[in-house]
This record gives sequence, C-alpha cells and structure tokens, in this order.
Amino acid sequence: MIGELTIQLVMAFLTTLGFAVLVNAPPKEFVFAGIVGAVGWGGYWLCIQAGLSAAAASFAGALVLAYLSRVFSVVRRCPATVYLISGIFALVPGAGIYYTVYYLIMGNVAMSASQGVETIQVAVSIAVGIVLVLALPGWMFQIVSRRPKGEKQ
Amino acid sequence: MSGEKRILDLCVDAGETLLANGAEIYRVQQTMELIAKSYGADCFHAYVLTNGLVASMEENGSLQSAAVRNTPRVEMNLGRISAVNALSREIVQGSVPLEQAFERLRMIRAMKGMSARMMVLASMLSASTFCYLFGGSFTDAFAALVPGCAAGLFARLLARSKTPVNKLVSNMLCAAVVAITSFAAAQMWAFTGTACNLDHVIIGGIIPLLPGVALTNGIRDVANSDYLSGMIRAIDALLIAAGIALGVGVVLKGLALIPGVML
Repeated sequence: MIGELTIQLVMAFLTTLGFAVLVNAPPKEFVFAGIVGAVGWGGYWLCIQAGLSAAAASFAGALVLAYLSRVFSVVRRCPATVYLISGIFALVPGAGIYYTVYYLIMGNVAMSASQGVETIQVAVSIAVGIVLVLALPGWMFQIVSRRPKGEKQ
Repeated sequence: MSGEKRILDLCVDAGETLLANGAEIYRVQQTMELIAKSYGADCFHAYVLTNGLVASMEENGSLQSAAVRNTPRVEMNLGRISAVNALSREIVQGSVPLEQAFERLRMIRAMKGMSARMMVLASMLSASTFCYLFGGSFTDAFAALVPGCAAGLFARLLARSKTPVNKLVSNMLCAAVVAITSFAAAQMWAFTGTACNLDHVIIGGIIPLLPGVALTNGIRDVANSDYLSGMIRAIDALLIAAGIALGVGVVLKGLALIPGVML
C-alpha cells in the first residue's frame, strides 16, 4: 500500500512536471507545481482505494490541489494559476472521454451513456472543488507566511 | 495629456499580454486597474472578454483616450503571466517609473517559451507516466511514449503551419495521430509476445491534448462572476473534448473494420 502510494506520487509528480513544461510555467516553479500535482493525485487515489466514486474522489483531489495551489501562491509569491493549471491535468477525465467513445464504437450504447455521464460528473466535481477553495478568504492561507500578500492569488 | 495616453497604453499593453498568454479575466481587469491607479489615473475603465479588451480614460468628466485590443490566438505561457504579475506588484509599490515599466513589459513579451524539443519530451513524459497512473502496466507506459511523442510533434507541426487550422479539426487530427501511433506501439509489443493494453496506451497518449487549461480558466471566470467569458471557455473545453473523441473514434472504427484486428 505505502509502496504503491509512493510510486503513484512519483508518477503524478512527473506527469505534472510534463504539463508545467507544456504550459510554459516559470522554470523555478516546476518542482512546486509537481508537488501540487502529486498531492492532488494522491488525494484522488486514496479516495478511490477507499471505495469512493470517481466523482467524489475527483472532488477531494480538486480540493487538495486548489488549497495547496493557494498556499504555494502565498509562499512563492506567484499566481495560483501556475500550480492549479499544471496540477489539474491528472484529474481531467481523459479516460472517461475515451471510454465514452470506445463503447459507442463497440455498439454498447448503455455503457457509453453511463461513461459519458460519469465524465460530466467528474468535470463538475472538479469545478465545484476548485470554486469552493477559491472562495475561501485570503487569511486562511496566511498561516504559512507572515509576508504581506498581494492583491491577487 | 500625452502622459495620460502613455498610462493608458501601458495598462492596455499589460492587459493584452496577460490575455494573450491565457490569464483569467479577473486578473487582467484588476492588473490594468491597479496599474492605472498607481500612476495616478483615477478615471480608468476597462471591459475584458476572453478574446479582447476595451479601455478608456477620462479627465474632468471628458473622454481623454480609449483603446481596443483583440487577442484571437491564445498561447498558454504561465511564465509571462507571473512576470506581468510581479511587475504589477512592483508598480503598485511605486518603485517603477513609467518608461521603465514599458521597457520591462517589452522584455516580458519577448520572453521565449520552452523549446520545441522540450515540449515533445514533456509530452512523452506526461503520456507515459499518466498511462501508468490510470492503471497501465510498465509495458503500457513504455508504449505510451510513442503516442506522446507523436502528439507533441504533430501539435508543433500544426502550430507552425501557415494557414491556421480550425481548433476542432486540429484536435481531431492530433487525437487520430495518437490513436494510430498507439495502435502501432501496441502491435509492436504484441509481436514480441508481451501483453499490451491498447486502451491504456491511448488514454496516456491523449492526455497532453486534454482541455485542462480551458476547464481551469472557465471555472475561475465563473467563480469570479465573469459568466460570459466562463461560458466561452466551457464551450472551448467541450469542443476540445469532442475533437479528441471524434479523432479517436474515427480511427478505432476504422481499425475495427480491418479483418483480424482485435480492439
């Protein structure tokens, strides 16, 4: 369990690192973006292991991801977007999109519809997770850093 | 009077730079207002949408100057966004003279993105590691390097073409390339007698194409009550997803028609 979790975290770190490059994040933030992505994925994976649905796990993952993005935004004095965008890719329901099409091609309309609905559920839960964390007041992220925060995250 | 015009120019340039590099609406609006205020222009108004902005400046109740900018093509560059963000912080602190701010902004706009080689490598890395995360074996992950590389190369190729390809079509083409190369990679493993799951390879391969940026920005715009821009980005995300689905779907359907091919 711990061993598998470690591999998952390392792989998620590398995935996020790749995305940080693809969206031209500032090179000195690569490692931090990777950490945010890995922790977000870790939250998702643990929830899946605990038997939660993909939508619930994505919600949890998005919460952790967005919270850590805002914390790093204060600590590193860099827009939260940098960490959020790089980290979110692992949670975006790519597999859902694929299986929706796959079952449609295979003529299994019922499975295709169920996968399609799940894909939309996951996308919406990610959205709600991020919106909730973005709505939190700024002082909740000040604990880690005493420096005055700028106007934007 | 010309000083006021210069302030407006700086605000609009900064806003355009943010918008063209994929910043969310709220950030663009607030950065422009903060810069204007820091240089003492009180009557500054701006309206920002996903693909353009309008701004005007007044003095003693009469219109001084106005500007419109259009940003049809957005290329994601978080480095430039955070550089403009840092510059606006310094301007707010009052430590940057106006002309120096122009110079700094010009340097930010000239900042180079990652090299094409790095982009392709990053695409391979993401595809392969994500294939493993989504239940692929190490064999699958290794095979996913191939579609990752193909997707990266093909996306560069499309970006470089002189006639810009429609976004839906270009996503479809990229996804089709991913599906074909994934199939080829999986077949190569099959020849050597190693089991390789085509599903997992394709899921890894399409991940660099996914609409993560459009989704995140759309969410942030809606969260900041910029509903119109949020909808534009949500539609963008949906179209990207539809393009991927169509591209993969057409190739899978084609492969399924070939006799002797098991999907």
